[in-house]
Amino acid sequence: MTGAVLAQAFALVFDPYVLWVILASAAFGLFVGAVPGLTATMATALLVPVTFFMPPVPAIASIVTATAMAIFAGDIPSCLLRMPGTPASAAYTDEAYALTKKGQGELALGAGLVFSVIGGLFGTAVLITAAPALAEVALKFSSFEYFWLVVLGLFSAVFLAHANPLKGIVSLLFGLLVSAIGLDNPAGFPRFTFGNAELAGGFTLIPIMIGMFAVSEIIRNIGSIDQPWEMAQTKIGNVFDGMWTLAKRYPVQTLRGSVLGTAIGALPGAGADIAAWMSYAMSKRFSKEPEKFGTGHIEGIIEAGASNNSALAGAWIPALVFGIPGDSITAIVIGVLYIKGLNPGPTIFMNNAPSIYAIFLVFILANLLMLPLGVAAIKGAKQMLRAPREVLMPVILLFCVVGSFAINNTIFGVVLMLAFGLVAYVMEENGFPVAPAILGMVLGAMLEENFISSMIKADGRIFAFFERPIAGALGILTLAVVSIPALRILFRAPR
Amino acid sequence: MTGAALVALAAVILWHIQGFPAMPGQKFGPAWFPGLIAIGLAICGALLFRAGLRERAPLFAIPEWMQRQHGRRAVATVLAGLVAYILLADALGFHITGVLILALWMRALGASWRVTAAVAVIATVLVHLAFYKVLRVPLPWGVLERWAF
Repeated sequence: MTGAVLAQAFALVFDPYVLWVILASAAFGLFVGAVPGLTATMATALLVPVTFFMPPVPAIASIVTATAMAIFAGDIPSCLLRMPGTPASAAYTDEAYALTKKGQGELALGAGLVFSVIGGLFGTAVLITAAPALAEVALKFSSFEYFWLVVLGLFSAVFLAHANPLKGIVSLLFGLLVSAIGLDNPAGFPRFTFGNAELAGGFTLIPIMIGMFAVSEIIRNIGSIDQPWEMAQTKIGNVFDGMWTLAKRYPVQTLRGSVLGTAIGALPGAGADIAAWMSYAMSKRFSKEPEKFGTGHIEGIIEAGASNNSALAGAWIPALVFGIPGDSITAIVIGVLYIKGLNPGPTIFMNNAPSIYAIFLVFILANLLMLPLGVAAIKGAKQMLRAPREVLMPVILLFCVVGSFAINNTIFGVVLMLAFGLVAYVMEENGFPVAPAILGMVLGAMLEENFISSMIKADGRIFAFFERPIAGALGILTLAVVSIPALRILFRAPR
Repeated sequence: MTGAALVALAAVILWHIQGFPAMPGQKFGPAWFPGLIAIGLAICGALLFRAGLRERAPLFAIPEWMQRQHGRRAVATVLAGLVAYILLADALGFHITGVLILALWMRALGASWRVTAAVAVIATVLVHLAFYKVLRVPLPWGVLERWAF
């Protein structure tokens, strides 16, 4: 990174318009995160139609800021309502609420905020150092390596994300099938279009994502909308009280949460919510006082709170370098990157260096901004949680409709949104995870293209996939990852 | 049940892709990728079917809201409103349809008439300003075409 590039990046970020976008997105993210039933992924899906019309840096900046704020703000209703604001806070919702009941709500909220910021900054630091280094290596990759990376990514999504890998594979295959629709394949042959022009172009992913992440979530929540929330009464003074003591007392936990979170984020298909569950479990296992977990003990909240925010930045590493999303948020982001001409891939650090470093700066800025804005959000939490849902949900739905329409200016977008919203809802109700389907849709074309072009290069010899050193190593790793659980499914009685 | 449906879907796909042309001089044509997906779906479908038989699992999980009248009505209204928008937006235009479905949803979810009327109109106007004016999305005017601004 040269000084000139950095100067350009600074100029791109510290522009009044961009700063205004960041502030507005921060407020939006805090609100969406704090209201149970609205998630960080949903915030991203709702932002896309708006960012569609912005220059690249503010567009990406708004998503980065809103998601970081939303993941933190998800902790707020955990403390006050015993309901996670986003799935990423679900792992320690009971713990946080127990603290509130003991009269330590202020401590739980403060720890959520401070250690979110630390985790977020840690993830960002890893992103800034690891991504360009990885890109150096990835420059040498050919279609063979990319093929294996995609396969590895798809399967790690299946096996990491869910207790039932079989249902995960079905979800993945469904996503791949959707990606096969249309003209856009190596042969240029219209598949599954039935002569329909809308289908020939393939499905536009953004209305699908709005459906799967926003509409399905609204369907899930709207059935119980007549049941009022009960808010715990707690006095909130200075949320930073006692934070320094906590940081000195639990440095290992903070670091471990951040490292694990970044790693889980970087693995395709698993994001902040899984990172938080794993970190909470790990914190309990290695704790000196595991018996206190679940009774209102701050240790797990620190580790998991750092973990979910670091996962956000970690997910951007494979997304930027390979175009393989690390979580469902970056699955949406990759589409935005292409639209903005910031095509992901190892060359992004050469061709678009100022924009990429500007995005890195936004990550730092967003995490720092989280301190003052987070305090404001905690103070205003009671008002936010009193927002009437019977008004909020319809307005968000209308927004989804218009957003889905706006991508291609056709009503077909709204049809897609509704159809996939229902599909995602039914899938989740029946235990099929949605994340592998999304990954399949995003990566399907890449998988087929790299396979076909590798086969053409190798003249049909399968062994060519193992002949290059990195490809061979990746291939063997992939086969190992795939075969162990597959054998388990085949030979043991299905659960 | 889901398993059986998946096997059936896979069979339909495999049958359909028989009609795809081969790429001249090459083994892997457009049928290869969907074919592989279909085979995978068939295998998983069969395994799920077997697991389902063994556990005597219910055909579909019945969510909690289905058992309550308010829940059923709320979800049905949301879906009906979205379908209505798809069918009516081009004819009636965004503005009329938008106000109508917002009103439908808010009433069904229990907002008062006064709040409903105010929010339906204000939200539609705000969306108009944001998307039509600022972002230049060509929202349909429908019957209001003559008064478009």
